[in-house]
Amino acid sequence: MEHIRTTKVEQVKLLDRFSTSNKSLTGTLYLTATHLLFIDSHQKETWILHHHIASVEKLALTTSGCPLVIQCKNFRTVHFIVPRERDCHDIYNSLLQLSKQAKYEDLYAFSYNPKQNDSERLQGWQLIDLAEEYKRMGVPNSHWQLSDANRDYKICETYPRELYVPRIASKPIIVGSSKFRSKGRFPVLSYYHQDKEAAICRCSQPLSGFSARCLEDEHLLQAISKANPVNRYMYVMDTRPKLNAMANRAAGKGYENEDNYSNIRFQFVGIENIHVMRSSLQKLLEVNGTKGLSVNDFYSGLESSGWLRHIKAVMDAAIFLAKAITVENASVLVHCSDGWDRTSQVCSLGSLLLDSYYRTIKGFMVLIEKDWISFGHKFSERCGQLDGDPKEVSPVFTQFLECVWHLTEQFPQAFEFSEAFLLQIHEHIHSCQFGNFLGNCQKEREELKLKEKTYSLWPFLLEDQKKYLNPLYSSESHRFTVLEPNTVSFNFKFWRNMYHQFDRTLHPRQSVFNIIMNMNEQNKQLEKDIKDLESKIKQRKNKQTDGILTKELLHSVHPESPNLKTSLCFKEQTLLPVNDALRTIEGSSPADNRYSEYAEEFSKSEPAVVSLEYGVARMTC
Amino acid sequence: MEFAELIKTPRVDNVVLHRPFYPAVEGTLCLTGHHLILSSRQDNTEELWLLHSNIDAIDKRFVGSLGTIIIKCKDFRIIQLDIPGMEECLNIASSIEVFLCLFSRIQVLQALSTLDSITLMYPFFYRPMFEVIEDGWHSFLPEQEFELYSSATSEWRLSYVNKEFAVCPSYPPIVTVPKSIDDEALRKVATFRHGGRFPVLSYYHKKNGMVIMRSGQPLTGTNGRRCKEDEKLINATLRAGKRGYIIDTRSLNVAQQTRAKGGGFEQEAHYPQWRRIHKSIERYHILQESLIKLVEACNDQTHNMDRWLSKLEASNWLTHIKEILTTACLAAQCIDREGASILIHGTEGTDSTLQVTSLAQIILEPRSRTIRGFEALIEREWLQAGHPFQQRCAQSAYCNTKQKWEAPVFLLFLDCVWQILRQFPCSFEFNENFLIMLFEHAYASQFGTFLGNNESERCKLKLQQKTMSLWSWVNQPSELSKFTNPLFEANNLVIWPSVAPQSLPLWEGIFLRWNRSSKYLDEAYEEMVNIIEYNKELQAKVNILRRQLAELETEDGMQESP
Repeated sequence: MEHIRTTKVEQVKLLDRFSTSNKSLTGTLYLTATHLLFIDSHQKETWILHHHIASVEKLALTTSGCPLVIQCKNFRTVHFIVPRERDCHDIYNSLLQLSKQAKYEDLYAFSYNPKQNDSERLQGWQLIDLAEEYKRMGVPNSHWQLSDANRDYKICETYPRELYVPRIASKPIIVGSSKFRSKGRFPVLSYYHQDKEAAICRCSQPLSGFSARCLEDEHLLQAISKANPVNRYMYVMDTRPKLNAMANRAAGKGYENEDNYSNIRFQFVGIENIHVMRSSLQKLLEVNGTKGLSVNDFYSGLESSGWLRHIKAVMDAAIFLAKAITVENASVLVHCSDGWDRTSQVCSLGSLLLDSYYRTIKGFMVLIEKDWISFGHKFSERCGQLDGDPKEVSPVFTQFLECVWHLTEQFPQAFEFSEAFLLQIHEHIHSCQFGNFLGNCQKEREELKLKEKTYSLWPFLLEDQKKYLNPLYSSESHRFTVLEPNTVSFNFKFWRNMYHQFDRTLHPRQSVFNIIMNMNEQNKQLEKDIKDLESKIKQRKNKQTDGILTKELLHSVHPESPNLKTSLCFKEQTLLPVNDALRTIEGSSPADNRYSEYAEEFSKSEPAVVSLEYGVARMTC
Repeated sequence: MEFAELIKTPRVDNVVLHRPFYPAVEGTLCLTGHHLILSSRQDNTEELWLLHSNIDAIDKRFVGSLGTIIIKCKDFRIIQLDIPGMEECLNIASSIEVFLCLFSRIQVLQALSTLDSITLMYPFFYRPMFEVIEDGWHSFLPEQEFELYSSATSEWRLSYVNKEFAVCPSYPPIVTVPKSIDDEALRKVATFRHGGRFPVLSYYHKKNGMVIMRSGQPLTGTNGRRCKEDEKLINATLRAGKRGYIIDTRSLNVAQQTRAKGGGFEQEAHYPQWRRIHKSIERYHILQESLIKLVEACNDQTHNMDRWLSKLEASNWLTHIKEILTTACLAAQCIDREGASILIHGTEGTDSTLQVTSLAQIILEPRSRTIRGFEALIEREWLQAGHPFQQRCAQSAYCNTKQKWEAPVFLLFLDCVWQILRQFPCSFEFNENFLIMLFEHAYASQFGTFLGNNESERCKLKLQQKTMSLWSWVNQPSELSKFTNPLFEANNLVIWPSVAPQSLPLWEGIFLRWNRSSKYLDEAYEEMVNIIEYNKELQAKVNILRRQLAELETEDGMQESP
């Protein structure tokens, strides 16, 4: 609270981001310890969590006041005009402080209290159990076992304690291999395909330099390929572009030499590094944030940002992986440099293509918990949760979510969850409201005592799962039904609902998805009503024949299901299940005046039109 | 002339057909006067029936004695026929080429207003296999349309001044004009407007009495000619003290250039009650080239991401969509929000003008979002308003003989409707398939509806007597069910679409239709329909049970009360 000098500013204007006519809402701005809140004259509330703020900018003073532009990590952009410069300055300074915390303990999660007791909290943390998950996959088994090598984080600080390795890989081999891998991240099991008896393994790059080799590492890879009884060769996928991998050799790192490893097939897949991805997203946001964007600028911006190219690269890599397993029955070892960004993307997406369990709500949580959280994707640094090195920030996880979204678009019935689920998860990797995504690896999380001091996100999402269910989901498919997405370029589209989630004017005004979801709910209610009615009718008939009449029964029949009367159509699409005032379809409300954006003629003040017409008149006379 | 004479080889056996999403089929290829037919002579396999008029271009190549003909259709589909025997292949190819040439000659002849050859087209030979319940030729009569708003206003009348098509060859015999303007004045105004297209009523907004009128450009020329009757006509539509807007679908620059050719625009001095707004909607070959580029980009699956995006951008297709939609929204805005009447024209008033007037009605008028209403809209604002379908839809994206009058004006309109439909998926009674069907029939059809360039030509061709109307077929209940949007819930509001590029995607149902499987999307759609059907079923059942229960209760009550 010491950073807050002004808690309330009145007569603040909130500008529409895309409006060319500078239309605005006037309201009051409140600054709390955790949120920035704007309440407009229609009592509509806009809540912005301090942790969501990516940047605050104070623009040059104008006649109407001092503009304050806030960009959020969930792609919300708000543009305030604060009447007095001093207020603006105070808020600006407060937000700068509040949005960038130096210590984990100052993050929202440590003060957030959803009114649960300790046992409920603990239960929440136990909801996702990775040991259970490995059991579900079918390990340990005759080929794979749990290794205690990293039980005390002695071999690799950024790996979890429990790791699964080939049964024939002895501890000295593991230790030897870990010394030959960046950050000690030696090859371990990520996913075991029970049907094909093939495995997805992950690690970091080898410290091979130009010629170094490590017998233990070679043994470990051999052990992995031997753990696959069907196919003796395995793929090693280096997810980096070849050039980057080669450059790493000069630093004593690099990639596997096929000559030193028997039975491996080495493959580069060319996903760019975190820095390229960061600037790609930056460009994308610059383009789509432009006022009065033309179609050509949009597409050339989309192209030059390279964003969809990167998404396609990740998707292609995951498909390559899935094919190696399903078509060739081969195990695959995936790595990049440190094995926590691109490797997490490819392993998790590959597993999602292979195993329908990960396409359920619970399974998707497990997948994130396994391949991202436990294997040390550096959420804190990548999401910039603390005031740290901005060069460590990168939208790696966002890309993963976008790949999943593209899959839901191509396979509308394959996923138990909807887009809203993805958006909600994205919201929370930045919100720091729950403990799950704090810290950069399991060891750090234990040190922070997150399970004692914070809550887990998953039980809350599960409790609310109704909001995230895909009404078209068909679960009948076999567990190992493989998704084979089409990656011809035209299948990749700009994800408007992510990058313009809060720009309501750009969205369809009626959502098929919501309607079908409501209808599904309604159907369940109707089924219940029918049962109710049938039993009452039966009762009544029985009673009639018995000649017994009771008046109470008459009153117990509820005359009409209230659900029936809800209009299904006019609900505006709500992307995130926020408590937003329900608005009707556009056109009915004068406040919702998108129409004024079609022509500058009307948005300009009157004299401008006149002068234009004089211009015309002069030319014609 | 009999088409059959043009066919050198009417039949070839052992031809292999390749087409998107189907396994290759071997069968017998037959060439008839109007169709290309491939039959495998097996009961369960589908046959190919392709109208010659649906063929846009063909390619042929040979490997040894095996010939291959690649047929590119106007609906953007590409099919391949492997024909054994070089001679057979050459004969088939040359016959198809003759047909292609013939059809393009029909266009030329028609441009010279020789109509006879059109009567060789398939609609004149087509005999329907269904019983006609309602003759589509009489489904949308101008008199009926007039009645829809004549109850609300008495300021308008039907004029028969164009009965013989003498005043304006591209107008229908009956038009709606301000009541205070007599036919004599209309004749005078016609001489002042391009193609004789004097301002007529396009749409009456019942909510506030504002109107959309359309016309051809005024023939002011370089010396600023004026026409008192024209001024009087359009002023007659204004309420006292009110101003109106003239939306010129050309940029100011283009509009000024037309003055050298005798065209022009309304000058402020002569139309002081009107404010003119220039918008820039492209026309003619620019649109055709845009379509060609877009389809080419969509058909090449090898493009990497950058190339795909730059090709998509370079096609400019979505830019046109945005321009047209923006102008239509502007027109609707004038009517509904500014409370001002508008006059819309470009040069001829037969292309961009109609895109704008019809889309504005989609936005403003709930009726035009129903199936019947949309059919009426196409009938009124496109067919009777004289959009030259025969010329514009003569060729599609694959043709190499480009003619200046070919342009996908109607397809752009349908794409814009699809964009609005996508943003308001519950506000339309029809679905995407309805729009795709209209696109197909505009380019190649067994029905006479889209033949000819205007009512006058259709009259001379006696289409009503000699051909079947598309609407007769579409409006059968069995057909309608395919085109009905299960999500439709009538909505009386004005619907304002977003025109931001982020909100205007590529129409995949048309442009990627033959390039990727839609299996999963179709299945999802089926599932959605099932959920909706199930919902209806349950509701009906609940209602029945409730009534039953209520009856039992009253019975009980009666037994109890004495």
